[in-house]
Amino acid sequence: MNNKKTSFSFSSVPYILWIALFVIVPIALVVRYSFFDLSGHFTFNNYQSFFSSIYFKLTINSFWYAFLITFFSLVFAYPTAYFLTKTKHKQLWLLLIIIPSWINLLLKTYAFIGLFGLYGPINAFLKMIGIGEHQLLFTDFSFVFVAVYIFIPFMILPIFNSLDKLNPALIDAARDLGAGAWTTFRRVILPLTMNGVKSGIQVVFIPSLSLFMITRLIAGNKVMTLGTAIEQQFLVTQNWGMGSTIAVFLILFMFIIMWFTGQKEKGGTKR
Amino acid sequence: MKDIIRAAAIISIVSIILMLVNAKLNGSGNRSDTNSITVFNWGEYLDPALLKQFEQETNIKVIYETFDSNEAMMTKIEQGGTTYDIAVPSEYAIEKMKEADQLLPIDHKKLPNLQNIDPYFLDLPFDPHNEYSIPYFWGTLGIAFNPELLEGQTFESWEDLWNPTLQQEVVLVDSAREVIGMGLNTLGYSLNSTDKTELQEAVDKLATLSPNVKAIIGDEITQLMVNGEAAVALTWSGQAADMMADNESIDYVVPQEGSNLWFDNMVIPKTAANVDGAHAFINFMLDAEVAAQNADYVGYSTPNLAALAFMDPAVTGDERYYPDEEARDHLEVYKDLGLTMLGHYNELFLKFKMNLQ
Amino acid sequence: MTKLRKLPKVYLTFVFIILYAPIFYLIFYSFNSGGTMSHFESMTFEHYAAVFEDKRLIIILINTIVIALLSALIATTIGVLGALTIAFMKNRSMRNAVLSLNNILIVSPDVIIGASFLILFTIVGVKLGFASVLISHIAFSIPIVVIMVLPKLQEMSPSLIDAAVDLGASKRDVLMRVVIPYIKPGILAGFFLALTYSLDDFAVTFFVTGNGFSTLSVEIYSMARAGITLTINALSGLIFLVTIVLVVGYYAINRKSKTPFAGVRK
Repeated sequence: MNNKKTSFSFSSVPYILWIALFVIVPIALVVRYSFFDLSGHFTFNNYQSFFSSIYFKLTINSFWYAFLITFFSLVFAYPTAYFLTKTKHKQLWLLLIIIPSWINLLLKTYAFIGLFGLYGPINAFLKMIGIGEHQLLFTDFSFVFVAVYIFIPFMILPIFNSLDKLNPALIDAARDLGAGAWTTFRRVILPLTMNGVKSGIQVVFIPSLSLFMITRLIAGNKVMTLGTAIEQQFLVTQNWGMGSTIAVFLILFMFIIMWFTGQKEKGGTKR
Repeated sequence: MKDIIRAAAIISIVSIILMLVNAKLNGSGNRSDTNSITVFNWGEYLDPALLKQFEQETNIKVIYETFDSNEAMMTKIEQGGTTYDIAVPSEYAIEKMKEADQLLPIDHKKLPNLQNIDPYFLDLPFDPHNEYSIPYFWGTLGIAFNPELLEGQTFESWEDLWNPTLQQEVVLVDSAREVIGMGLNTLGYSLNSTDKTELQEAVDKLATLSPNVKAIIGDEITQLMVNGEAAVALTWSGQAADMMADNESIDYVVPQEGSNLWFDNMVIPKTAANVDGAHAFINFMLDAEVAAQNADYVGYSTPNLAALAFMDPAVTGDERYYPDEEARDHLEVYKDLGLTMLGHYNELFLKFKMNLQ
Repeated sequence: MTKLRKLPKVYLTFVFIILYAPIFYLIFYSFNSGGTMSHFESMTFEHYAAVFEDKRLIIILINTIVIALLSALIATTIGVLGALTIAFMKNRSMRNAVLSLNNILIVSPDVIIGASFLILFTIVGVKLGFASVLISHIAFSIPIVVIMVLPKLQEMSPSLIDAAVDLGASKRDVLMRVVIPYIKPGILAGFFLALTYSLDDFAVTFFVTGNGFSTLSVEIYSMARAGITLTINALSGLIFLVTIVLVVGYYAINRKSKTPFAGVRK
């Protein structure tokens, strides 16, 4: 495929230019800032303070919630995507999954505050069926729920795309050979859709690490993540140095994740 | 492939048509050649009808932009790129902007309406002789509460927030200086304390409040209080006014130990392109009737003494919005503590928040 | 799967109810004469009337739509080229490195992207306003397109390309007639999610905008302190309605003219 590489090289110019200008340059700026303190002196202190207990806890929190969000997104998105491929007007339904994400997020968050509220419809329903009133806002549950709500279209789309192209003959063949529904899914469907699942996990897990707005609005600051800390450093304390340092670590974490998932890819695909 | 190209073409054409429509909408105010000013303000913090009136009276076109935090606004002004002629920072931000040399002095000779402002609100420590800023709105920090959800509990002192019956009932505003300041006030210290032992005491005191804290949130406090979702909130008077407007049972007090007195002020950033226009705008906003109309629209307290005559006496006579001078004596204005101290406040606040769960 | 016919319907209904619940909640209160998103008082259309009276709001809405459409379109183009670049890289660790770079903007919080883009634009001297916002939106939407397109490229069997080449197709033909049609669902997914990114962004836009140019998100977030008016609810309701009509209408027309919507049937 050597010849192909050269044939596409001219068309990769815009993308490479984008990486240089809008990825490398900003990251260089961020790294540079991370070495300066409030009064503009060169320092390693920011890195030192990152290794304090607060940021360790924030890092653990960020990963834990990102994991939960990704896990539940996947659990709910996979069947959704699968069932969507079986519907009659699947392309239309798929679009209808995306449309809610075009309405402003802050507004939807306000709506969730109302929906989850003590006097909101969900609690009214819980009361009606006899479970009784519950404090839903400012809990882990509501936080993960809203985060999954935000991210789920990003999970459904790539999975749908890989399921949709699945050759039905393969499934029929598996069934003909006596495989049960679960075996068929595990041995045939899942491996063939792995690329889509991986994309979905990437676009959910990575941004979840730096979630911030809903940690305040929905979780009432009872959930704190690295994203919240960065936002604070930039917008309240105006300590761009410390904020940048946290961002550098976030990026490092992402690289590590990419490296690990990339390793697995070797065994997974046949190319 | 063909349909992709067709779709791309349709999108481009639609975009171009929309841009033309916008150019037309924008152009109907025949701007660019005439003089204009750019106003940078909090969202929903000015009656839009007044902008139109100003444009008609002075023939100066107003370009209106909004921000959602002092710090974000300062970053924009510092980086340049836009020529803001008017900005509306809070008092502590003005000190910072002065220090960073981001402001132009205001020529009082061009502001005949300045005499409308209550002298009490002039010549304050954050800007002596109002060299760089003119007060726009002001208010206090206090406790908003809903008596219907509380059994006869009242709030005269900050200590009342610690009442064990308030478990998981209190909502705090997500801001380091307000929350730690409340801790300091409760212990009788100054809001502007830079003494680390005092701060530590305040934080230890706050830690014992944790069981009562339901959530620490931002502007959504208003919605939660109005819904009856929360019973007690540490909040600013402006937001309390919004709450009371939508839910009559809510009340607001400033505890006796003292609290914060805040100001939002009009300034002329160094980047201003139309300094005369900016002065004309400030003078216009200082007009008694204009200020009254604006205060009605926004719902915050105006420092414009002459404007009070044009407003509803039920509002201007309300001690909660317009406390008398004696009550004001207990109030303190924030000083800029410097970035290092602010960082320390935020670190303490972060620890407080992390121990909430 | 015919045995399970009921389950999918129930499940999908459940998913759609949740997805649309907050939106219907917003729209419900847009008819509230009470002025807030609680305690429905009585039915009114005044907030809808207010939308049409507010010329500034309409200009901002059009800005938002134009930025979203153009940025998504351009980001999709560059993103597809990027995905092709990555997919045809021989060196696996190189590929992984580029993909990691690709994801940096996804992991970075918006404030950081916004602040660094602002610095970048002021250094280069780009006038803040339409152009700077458009460029920024293109920039932060590219990675999502790449991630959406990449799995489709990886699924594509190399034999497909080889066969085309064997049949004498030029490289251009291979790209246009074999590769692009095959990855089309990925391209569409990338485009639509780029729209989402653009429409939702507040922090980056706030930093890089200027000279009177504003988008809906910036407006809405700045209203938070003094309270978001129901005019915004009404506006969102209208946007939602128009979008649904456009999508369903477009779909119906397309079906009639018998070109399937994303119809790569091979």
